[in-house]
Amino acid sequence: MQQPNKLTPFFENLNFEREDNTMVINFGPQHPSAHGQLRLMLELDGEQVVKAHPDIGYLHRGVEKMAENMTYNEFLPTTDRLDYIASTSNNYAYALAVEKLIGLEVPRRAQVIRTMLLEINRLLSHLFFIATHALDVGAMSVFLYAFREREFGMDLMEDYCGARLTHSAVRIGGVPLDIPDGWMIALRKWCDKVDYELEHTYNALLEENRIWKMRLENVGVISPEDALSWGCTGPMLRGSGIPYDIRKEEPYELYSELDFDIPVADTNDSYGRYRLYMAEMKESTKILRQLINMYDDTEPQLMAHAPQYISAPKEEIMTQNYALMQHFVLVTQGMRPPKGEVYVPTESPKGELGFYIKSEGEPYAYRLKCRAPSFFHTGLLQELLVGTYIADVVTIIGSTNIVFGEVDR
Amino acid sequence: MRKYVPKDSVQKKAYYTDRFHVVPSVPTEDVSSDEVFAKQLETLKAKVDVKSASIMIGQMRIEVDHKDNFKAIEILKNECDYAMMTEMSAVDYLAKDGEFEIFYQLLNLKERKRVRVVCRIKEGLAIESIVPLYKAANFAEREMFDMFGIYVNNHPFLKRIIMPDDWEGHPLLKTYPLQGDEFASWYEVDKIFGKEAREAIGPENRDPSRIDRYDTKRFSRVGHEVPFGADISEGEPETPIEYSETFLVNYNASQKQLENRK
Repeated sequence: MQQPNKLTPFFENLNFEREDNTMVINFGPQHPSAHGQLRLMLELDGEQVVKAHPDIGYLHRGVEKMAENMTYNEFLPTTDRLDYIASTSNNYAYALAVEKLIGLEVPRRAQVIRTMLLEINRLLSHLFFIATHALDVGAMSVFLYAFREREFGMDLMEDYCGARLTHSAVRIGGVPLDIPDGWMIALRKWCDKVDYELEHTYNALLEENRIWKMRLENVGVISPEDALSWGCTGPMLRGSGIPYDIRKEEPYELYSELDFDIPVADTNDSYGRYRLYMAEMKESTKILRQLINMYDDTEPQLMAHAPQYISAPKEEIMTQNYALMQHFVLVTQGMRPPKGEVYVPTESPKGELGFYIKSEGEPYAYRLKCRAPSFFHTGLLQELLVGTYIADVVTIIGSTNIVFGEVDR
Repeated sequence: MRKYVPKDSVQKKAYYTDRFHVVPSVPTEDVSSDEVFAKQLETLKAKVDVKSASIMIGQMRIEVDHKDNFKAIEILKNECDYAMMTEMSAVDYLAKDGEFEIFYQLLNLKERKRVRVVCRIKEGLAIESIVPLYKAANFAEREMFDMFGIYVNNHPFLKRIIMPDDWEGHPLLKTYPLQGDEFASWYEVDKIFGKEAREAIGPENRDPSRIDRYDTKRFSRVGHEVPFGADISEGEPETPIEYSETFLVNYNASQKQLENRK
C-alpha cells in the first residue's frame, strides 16, 4: 500500500500491488534513456507493456506565453531553447514565419548561408541521434565516434556565430554575419569526414551488427495509417513509407534549386528509421557541397532591405541619420507586422516544425504557437508501446528521437 | 492620475502608439484564385455552413460554426484528402469579444495543400473532440484544455498535460500574468508543507533563487559591492572599496609618463 506524506503524495491512478497481477512502473523523469524529462507510467504484465501513459511538462518554461510579451526580435534567441540539438532550425522556422507575415524577400547570399546552416544542423542532430540511439541500445563506441564528428560540426558553428549550442545564427530578414575566411574549406573537409565515417565507422559498426539488428528489427512498427493519424512527420513519417519531405514538396529557401533525394524506409520499424537517418546524412553532405559552389556567385548583401521592419546595415546606421532613427525605433519599440495570421511549416531534423503567428499589428505577437514534431511523436508513444516488451521501450523512445525542449516548450 | 491598465488582458502593450497609424493587413486572396481550394470549398459548402473563406499566405482559411467543427473536418478528411492534422490550438479573444478562436491546421499530402479551419466559441462552452478523426488531436486538445481551460466533449482522456494536475488557472489566458499568480508563487510551499506554512516561510524564503538586495553577506550585490555585513537598509553608504586606479596615459608624452611611474 502507498503511504503518502507531504513529500511523497498519493498517486491516485497508480497502484503497486494490484489484484490482476500487473505491475505499474515509473520510467523517468530522471531516466538516462528518457531523452530529457519524460515520465512514462507503464503497466506491465510480466515483461509486456499493457498500458503506457507518457507524462510531460517537466521542462515547461512557457515559451509561448513569453512570445506574447516580447517583441519579434527579442523572442528569436528564445527559440534556441526549443530543440536545443539543432537550434538554427528553430531560429530559421521562426524567422521564416515572421518574414512570411511581413512579406519579405531575403537576399541570395543570406539564403545560401541559411540553407547551409540548416543542413549543418540537420547533420548535428542526426549524428546526435545515431550516437544516443546506439548508446541506449548498448553500442557505446558508436556514441564516442559520432560525438567526435558532431564536435567538429559544432566547431564549424562556433566559427560562424560564436556559439556551439544555442546559435541564434539567423535573423529576421537574413543572417547577421558573412562566412569567415577558410570556413568553406573546413566545411568541405567536414563533409568528406562525415561521409567517410558514415561508410567506414557507423555503417561498419551497426549495419550488419547482429545485436543491433536483433534489438531494432520489427521493434516499434508504425503503420502508415497510424503515422498519418498521429501526426508523425519527418523521419517518423518517411520511416513508415510515406515520402513526404517539406523541403521537396513545399520548398522553401534554396531547396527547389538543389539536387537531393528523399530516402524512404518501408519496413516501418526502428531499423528502417535508423537506415533512413543514415541516408539522410549522406543527402545533407551532398546538399552542402552544392551550396559551397553556389556561394561564390552571390552579392555580398546579408540582410533584406525593408526599413519599416529591418534595421539598416551597421555602416549606414553609423553614417546616415535616417537609418539611425529607424534603428532606434526598431530597437526600442520593435517591428509592427501587419494584422493577420500565418502558419509556416519547415522540415527540421525531427520533423515538421511550424510556427503559427497571430498578429494584431502590435510589436508583440498576439498568439504564437510552436508546432513541435516531438510533441506529437510523444503522443504516439501511448499506443506504440502497448504490446512491446520492457526491453524495447528504450529502443522505441530512442527511435522516435524526441527532444524535451520542444515537447514541453 | 495613473494611467488606466485594463484587467482583462495583461499582455505587454506597446508604450508608444500613434493615433494616426493605420494597421495594415496581410493580403488575402479570394478562394476562386486557386482551383484546388475552390473545388474543396465547394465540396465543403454543400454540407456545412461556411461563414467565411479566404486564402491567406498560401493557405486556405475557413471559418465555420463551432458546432460544425467535427463535421467540417470529417468532410475535409474523407472527401478532400486532408490526411493529417498538423496542429490545433486556440487564441484568446475574451477581452475583445468574449470568445476563443480555435484553429485546426490540416495537411493534404497528395496535393500539398494546407487548410486552416477556424471556429469561434464563447467562454464556458465545450467543443467537440476530433480524436476519432485524427489521433494527433489527443495530445493537442489536452494541451488546449490545459492552457486555455476550453473543455472538449468526448475526449478519451481530458486531463492537464503540461501543468500539474492540481494547478489552478490556465497559463495562456490573457488574464494570467507572465510571472504567475498568487497560487503559482506558493505552489511548492502549499504542496510540500501545506497552506498553513505560508506564514512561517514568508515570501522572502519561498523562492531559493530570490535575491535580497539588502543582503550584504552573500553574492547578491555583485557589481555593487559594499563592505561585508554592512547594514544598508537605511540607504546605501558610499562604497569605500576601489578596484583600480584609473591611470590615463597621455600619448603625446607617454614615454615620459611611464618612466615617471616606474
